[in-house]
Amino acid sequence: MNALEITDVWKYYGDFPALRSVGLNIAPGSTMALLGRNGAGKTTLLRIIAGLSRPSRGSVKIQGADARDQATRQRIGVLGHGIALYEELSAIENLTLFGRLYGLPDTRKRADEMLERVGLARVRDGLAREFSRGMRQRLAVGRAFLHDPEVLLLDEPFTALDDRAIAVLQSMIQSMRDRGRTIVMSTHQLREALELASHVALLQRGQIVHTGERTPQMLEDTGWLYRTYGDN
Amino acid sequence: MFLRQVWTIAAKDLHSELRTKDAWNASIAFSVVILLLFSFSFDPSSEQVREFSGGLLWMTYAFAGALVLNRSFAREMQNDCLDALIASPVSSAALFVGKSLANFALLFAVELVSLPVFVLFYNLQWGAAQVGPMLLVLVMGTWALTIIGTLFSALTVNLRLRELMLPTLVYPMMIPALIAAITVTTNVLAGSPPGLGIRLLAAFDIIFTLLAVVFVDTVLVG
Repeated sequence: MNALEITDVWKYYGDFPALRSVGLNIAPGSTMALLGRNGAGKTTLLRIIAGLSRPSRGSVKIQGADARDQATRQRIGVLGHGIALYEELSAIENLTLFGRLYGLPDTRKRADEMLERVGLARVRDGLAREFSRGMRQRLAVGRAFLHDPEVLLLDEPFTALDDRAIAVLQSMIQSMRDRGRTIVMSTHQLREALELASHVALLQRGQIVHTGERTPQMLEDTGWLYRTYGDN
Repeated sequence: MFLRQVWTIAAKDLHSELRTKDAWNASIAFSVVILLLFSFSFDPSSEQVREFSGGLLWMTYAFAGALVLNRSFAREMQNDCLDALIASPVSSAALFVGKSLANFALLFAVELVSLPVFVLFYNLQWGAAQVGPMLLVLVMGTWALTIIGTLFSALTVNLRLRELMLPTLVYPMMIPALIAAITVTTNVLAGSPPGLGIRLLAAFDIIFTLLAVVFVDTVLVG
């Protein structure tokens, strides 16, 4: 069974088709880099996979179940554009809240371990609004990985991160890969994405124009994919 | 599972609000000031005031409620928290009921603070027999305001003019509940039985709670 099965997905905003007949199968344990220029439909596709938006047509199955099933959402981790943290809550309160929503046992312990992992244990009781940008980003990474998701969806994960947050995120993605988790990430940052990816999919104007394994050639010349399969 | 999620969401909203007190301060100040200003505008001892006191009280609560309800889902837009909640295993119904309970608690607390101001400045004579029915109509009327307000707060959360759109959409929907609450409150303050209004309020609460729970997933996810 595929970790993700996307079948003939269309998404319209008014009359505009943001996604046009997107089909994609992702095997368990793969790390898929979803590439494409601005407006190609990467975020729209990730939002549909995450169950944040419904497709106008077509279906998305995660481990064989509907993306909006409660049990499916238990197995997904999402790190989107926003940090998804409550400014007026402390670091530990933010993580404990999401731990409870995901029904984790020993929520406090898990939250404390995660704070240790992202380097925020020292400021566990500090309010999120008092944190620096980098600290907030690391806390957001901790929130997305807290429940040890089987499928991880990352939308532009490296954008605007500071060096330490990038290091934390890369180490956590690496650890997920080593444990056979499935990762889908959309990004502009080809170098970071291609280094982590086992597979790539190129979106162009709402359509998948190429999908396949990441080859050494892509790493040597990051523009090759766009030149070969894209408009230019 | 459902109840635990409801409790977690309600506790989170109350905890956040008690820490910032944004909606609480605005709502309390508004309701107390309006009640005081009206008490100076009319002769509080007149029989006429007794007749429209129920209306005055519920209009004040309805406007004060908008200040609480506007913040309910707007709070989730900061940092895209709403996306994280929708992507989590929390059902839309649990999210909605949790938020409604938190809004109810806040609005009910505002009412309990402003009610003594109302009794004092409008020279109302209260007996022990009126306390029970008054609390009942407050609970039922407040739940009606809350359930409609929370649903429309979710519906208008992405709109640019949501502070304007929420009252514009909510108040027409609240009219049946407001009329019932006003009638019952006026009756109770006059020492009369609550009348049929209390049944209308109960029916409104049940029907709109069920409808909101059924449709909230469509409202949130589209």
